[in-house]
Amino acid sequence: MSDKPTVTIEIDGKTLQADPGAMLIDIADANGIVIPRFCYHKKLSVAANCRMCLVEVEKAPKPLPACATPVTDGMKVFTRSAKAIAAQKATMEFLLINHPLDCPICDQGGECELQDVAMGYGGDVSHYTEGKRVVLDKNIGPLIATEMTRCIHCTRCVRFGEEIAGVRELGATGRGERTRIGTYVEQTVASELSGNVIDLCPVGALTAKPSRYSARAWELRQHDSIAAHDCVGSNISIHTFRGQVNRVVPRDHEEINECWIADRDRFSYQALSAKERLRTPLIKVDGEWKETDWQTALEMAQAAITKTISDYSPDQVGILVSPNATLEEMHLLRKIANRLQCHNIDHRLRQRDFAHQQDMPRFPSLGCSIAALEELSNVLLIGSNPRKEQPMIAHRLRKAAAKGAQICLINQRDYDLAMPVAASVTASYRGMVEQMANLAKAIPNLDVAALTPEAKALYSKAVVSDAIGEIASRICADGDSLILLGNQAMANPYFSLIESFARAVAKVSNSRFGYLTEGANTAGAWLSGMVPHRDIAGEPLDTTALNAQAMLQEPRNLYLLHNVEPEFDTADAALALKAMHDADHVICLTPFVSSEMKRYASILLPIAAFAETSGSYVNIEGRLQSFTGHTPVGENQARPAWKVLRVLGNSLEVEDCDFISSTEVRDALLSRVGEMTPDNQASVTASAELPAAGTPGPQAVYLGSEVNIYRTDNVTRRASALQQTPDARDNAVRINSATAERLGIGSARQVSVKYNGTQVSADLLVDETVADDSVWVYAATEFTRKLGPMFGVVELEAN
Amino acid sequence: MANEVCFKNLHLDEPWTLAAYQSSGGYSVLKKILQEQTPAQTIVEELKTSVLRGRGGAGFPTGLKWSFMRRDDPGQKYIVCNSDEGEPGTCKDRDILRYNPHALVEGMLIAGYTIGASVGYNYIRGEFWEPFERMEAAIDEARAAGLLGRNILGSGFDFELYNHLGAGAYICGEETALLESIEGKKGQPRFKPPFPANYGLYGKPTTINNTESLASVPEILRNGGQWFLELGKPSAGGSKIFSVSGHVNKPGNYEIPLGTPFRDLLEMAGGVRHGRKLKAVIPGGSSVPVLPGELMMEVDMDYDAMMEAGTLLGSGAVIVMDDTTCMVKVLENLSHFYMNESCGQCTPCREGTGWLARIVHRIEQGQASYEDLDRLEDVAEKVGGNFYAREGGRTICALGDAASMPVLSFLKHFRKEFEYHVEHKRCMVSGF
Amino acid sequence: MEKTALNTLVSAEAIAEIDHWIGKYPADQKQSAVMAALRIVQDENGGHLTTPLMDAVAVYLEMPKIAVYEVATFYSMYEHKPVGKYKICVCNSISCLLCGSHEILEYLQNKLGVGLGEVTSDGRFSIKEVECLGACVGAPMMMIGREYYENLTPEKIDKILENLK
Ligand SMILES: Cc1cc2nc3c(=O)[nH]c(=O)nc-3n(C[C@H](O)[C@H](O)[C@H](O)COP(=O)(O)O)c2cc1C
Ligand code: SF4
Ligand code: FES
Repeated sequence: MSDKPTVTIEIDGKTLQADPGAMLIDIADANGIVIPRFCYHKKLSVAANCRMCLVEVEKAPKPLPACATPVTDGMKVFTRSAKAIAAQKATMEFLLINHPLDCPICDQGGECELQDVAMGYGGDVSHYTEGKRVVLDKNIGPLIATEMTRCIHCTRCVRFGEEIAGVRELGATGRGERTRIGTYVEQTVASELSGNVIDLCPVGALTAKPSRYSARAWELRQHDSIAAHDCVGSNISIHTFRGQVNRVVPRDHEEINECWIADRDRFSYQALSAKERLRTPLIKVDGEWKETDWQTALEMAQAAITKTISDYSPDQVGILVSPNATLEEMHLLRKIANRLQCHNIDHRLRQRDFAHQQDMPRFPSLGCSIAALEELSNVLLIGSNPRKEQPMIAHRLRKAAAKGAQICLINQRDYDLAMPVAASVTASYRGMVEQMANLAKAIPNLDVAALTPEAKALYSKAVVSDAIGEIASRICADGDSLILLGNQAMANPYFSLIESFARAVAKVSNSRFGYLTEGANTAGAWLSGMVPHRDIAGEPLDTTALNAQAMLQEPRNLYLLHNVEPEFDTADAALALKAMHDADHVICLTPFVSSEMKRYASILLPIAAFAETSGSYVNIEGRLQSFTGHTPVGENQARPAWKVLRVLGNSLEVEDCDFISSTEVRDALLSRVGEMTPDNQASVTASAELPAAGTPGPQAVYLGSEVNIYRTDNVTRRASALQQTPDARDNAVRINSATAERLGIGSARQVSVKYNGTQVSADLLVDETVADDSVWVYAATEFTRKLGPMFGVVELEAN
Repeated sequence: MANEVCFKNLHLDEPWTLAAYQSSGGYSVLKKILQEQTPAQTIVEELKTSVLRGRGGAGFPTGLKWSFMRRDDPGQKYIVCNSDEGEPGTCKDRDILRYNPHALVEGMLIAGYTIGASVGYNYIRGEFWEPFERMEAAIDEARAAGLLGRNILGSGFDFELYNHLGAGAYICGEETALLESIEGKKGQPRFKPPFPANYGLYGKPTTINNTESLASVPEILRNGGQWFLELGKPSAGGSKIFSVSGHVNKPGNYEIPLGTPFRDLLEMAGGVRHGRKLKAVIPGGSSVPVLPGELMMEVDMDYDAMMEAGTLLGSGAVIVMDDTTCMVKVLENLSHFYMNESCGQCTPCREGTGWLARIVHRIEQGQASYEDLDRLEDVAEKVGGNFYAREGGRTICALGDAASMPVLSFLKHFRKEFEYHVEHKRCMVSGF
Repeated sequence: MEKTALNTLVSAEAIAEIDHWIGKYPADQKQSAVMAALRIVQDENGGHLTTPLMDAVAVYLEMPKIAVYEVATFYSMYEHKPVGKYKICVCNSISCLLCGSHEILEYLQNKLGVGLGEVTSDGRFSIKEVECLGACVGAPMMMIGREYYENLTPEKIDKILENLK
């Protein structure tokens, strides 16, 4: 690449080298030459409509837009000549004639690109005397506030929808000076990336509704952080005002999130000031909750743990850890567990099938870098809805698809990924296993010996459909292929079977293999031993203790919950709640307290929430990212969890536990971990068995689910604006029309879902994207809390 | 020497039928080309010899435009005809579509053959229903006669032709806006480069020509480029249709040689109505600078002469105004048009056309100051550059320039009338 | 997402006509037929578009709804409010202005007793001012439905409207 030809150009007297065909504005930017612009954005297509970047080019009869003018050898450019300035000033004047000049009351004031550029030309640029245009606003949802009178029609937001989010929600309707940017009809913008238009909008037309008018840009303090809700590790900046988080914005990181973040990462901070925030340690004395001081609370916790161990055994303790916990917290938890000689510790809270846990790599990873997703030729997603689970991954896949990548899906629903899809197969969670067998069958030269015995049995019965054949041929086609197991595959009751097939297919098709995991720190959890069969740094343990599911199926006497709400964060809410209620002690390290929690817990230790604590995450690429926190002020006695665990560890006489900073904790772990090179090489040697389908009752269907994007963890569930979005409010039970017909509930509006003696009513939505013979719901919701499992055979009846 | 090219068949009964067209030699050139497999290069050369300049307004040589297409590159290519005809004053293409549609069909077939396109679209403005139906009928007839479709006349050449109807937007006459419109989008011009010859309809190489340009092609090739050249001037061959409208006794479309003195054209159009005095003429469609009557009476109707006189031949729409005309009122009308028709993407055009229209409106209403006259000029230059200083515009397409040229020229030639409106709060001419 | 199928809103003939237009464009370019589709459904709906109609067109042509709204609001021949059975479009551009389009407009408004954009109480007529219709040598002129009427005079208008009754 080094001997690429370049051209020589001159900008404002400076001689510069440039790639031929590069746009003038990019060359200027790279060389620190400032050219004003509004419509241009490095990540969007060139519109060249604002005309702000007009510059003089030698021999050109008219000023040219730097954003759309390719450089040519010998080109001489003047960005500040009289001609250029005249053209720029004229554009500025036109932009201002219909723009309100009330910066002091505008939410964008102080960070407005229009204001900044206008100042550069001196205050008095307009001699406009006609009336100004007034534009009526439409409500476009809970996240984005509109003040369209301020819009300068740069169309960045429109292009964003089309080119980045993959869904066109905003548009420019009308024409000429009656052009209006908006949704045209009153309609909530629903893209999971929608908040990015707030950053893109150069003026105050689109602003963040939750933080609107709450502080001026120059009053905010900023610290860098990492988004805490998925395995991407998007880089963010947290802005605080008087000690409160006021907003979250993306921080550029080309290799991870570029310049975008998901709405979940942008607006989840609202939970920090939720009513349910736990602000002081609480202990239950004779069934009554009492506020107490830290020392008392921690002493009680230590005593409860010690007593459980002495009265019963270390094995009667169960530790459940959120995959959003930091590496430091996890390391301390593992040290405590080791000290207690209790390995009942797990972060795989929504997993059901652990049959092949010994075969798992040191830590699950993507199979390539996030940026490299764009360059793939073929991708097969199994049990994954990346748009809602890892929105930035979906964005990269969308870019890959735009470049021609063949995207194939095997899912419980035919999700709309807002990108071209080459082939898609839908099946119930059980059917997905069979489809995986069919896929394996469709691939020539598959190494059948590499399958587990249970997988082999299915393979021998497999039949190849056209759609599966299509996927097989795509994944075997030339180019770089990747097979990804997503959240839903890993939560599937037959995860090990799915993986056995997926790995065999990957091997013979020369595909990369990877995972899309839950939470922000699943990779870190594996590396710090948040599993019952591996120790710090993923080193093997001699014994295998209870996994998350087993800990609940075989109830323990004492549970330590780290940032976990069992009713929403586990594979079977009913099972989990029962275990909690039956335990002698439940100690919760949590930033929030719910009434449910108050029923089962005995000690509540308030910990700092996301954004308030320092720590580190390892993302799905195996990239370690550390961040600092801002300490909450006022009444809140919450402490960073690593400090709480450090003190608890000290009181339990954990060795080498005198850390004075989170950095020390991290470094102690890292010195054990060593290189963190992602390596997914592994083969599946053990798996679950797919029971015979049997003859289910006439009303039986397979209940399948996906964790709702805005219910993934205790923070997002309390982010008020996110809870107003259509995604969060969608609580229908979905079924396709054929299945509805079979069950004779085609015209029902409400149904009862029955499982294991429990019965829950919900609105029914006939939705053809759902696989046959299955009923699909959002998990981590009131529905699953009441019913119980995320997957299972249920009966459906019309109400 | 009138009606020799596009209007050649006007005198026939039902000239729009295939039979009528063929009775005067229609499709013979196409047949010859297909039989002889005439090399594309030869056709291009013949067109270059003819110095046919684009009749849509910009006057770009058609032969040269066709030569930009890399005919033998693989992949789909398109020929697109611009029958959007929206420039005020212009109504010639409508008559070609109504009375000589087969000339356009044949012209597009030849164009397709020459540039390597197997599909053509004719973009007809949505209001032109009768012309659309005539074109549809012509296409059906041609298809039935084996002149369209697969393997035309056994030559191995495939060509399909479709009409696309607009829905009311002047800007779709701009060639890239027109392409967007065919693609089912708003008609918003694209930034160039890339040019349509590289990235046109559906991203494929595309040539766009005006109806009159394409409909002229069969006749040119039948009689030879030299014949056509000699009809007109060395810098611009052929005859051209002029739509003469406004204050004349016999408004109409006149196909006459380029270079004909305006005087003669005015006479053909029956002279100024009611024998009144000629005040002003906009000689090339509403976008081009106006000229005072006296100046106009000395000019010939061709590209160079118009440029010398400080205006443009444009689409050849000659708008004649007699001495009862209030120039302020006329400019108000024109400015209003551009405000309404701006597509809205470029800042100067979106914001500036409305501003211009409002200032002129205030002047017309007698609510303006002298300062407003300067402001008007200033804003016009900021939208479109100064035409007289040969300064180009600041917008993606030429609509910005089109909006500013009338303003600058009206002020240049008729400033007194504008001042009168400011001073006396009423009109200088009584009859309007 | 509420998806009302186009065929529940318009006739089979209309669908067939839309399909005819779709057939003019490459198979992966259905969107090209949006202008025709909007015209066809507007005609069938008595001359104006509604949001459900636009949404149904969007679904039929597999376009984002907003893309249909953009098209439907960009082009001036689409109406978003009811119009008369006969929509009278009077050209107001320069050649017509020079030949008296103002008087024509005034005459029509007086005669029908409605202003611009209004519909006569019997629902038969509405008047709209439009930019140049490309019939400048026949100025002043107007379009009613799909017909052009040129060289207008009050008497001629009387006759034209008479014949429409
Ligand atoms: C605002 C605007 C409107 C135009 N309208 C028309 C039109 O109605 N008909 C036309 O043929 N060309 C029109 N043109 C010119 C076309 O862009 C293009 O130059 C022409 O169709 C090319 O054909 P020709 O080379 O055969 O003239 C317009 C250009 C602009 C900038
Ligand atoms: S100059 Fe006007 S009409 Fe042309 S592209 Fe720009 S905004 Fe649209
Ligand atoms: S930044 Fe170049 S035209 Fe807008």
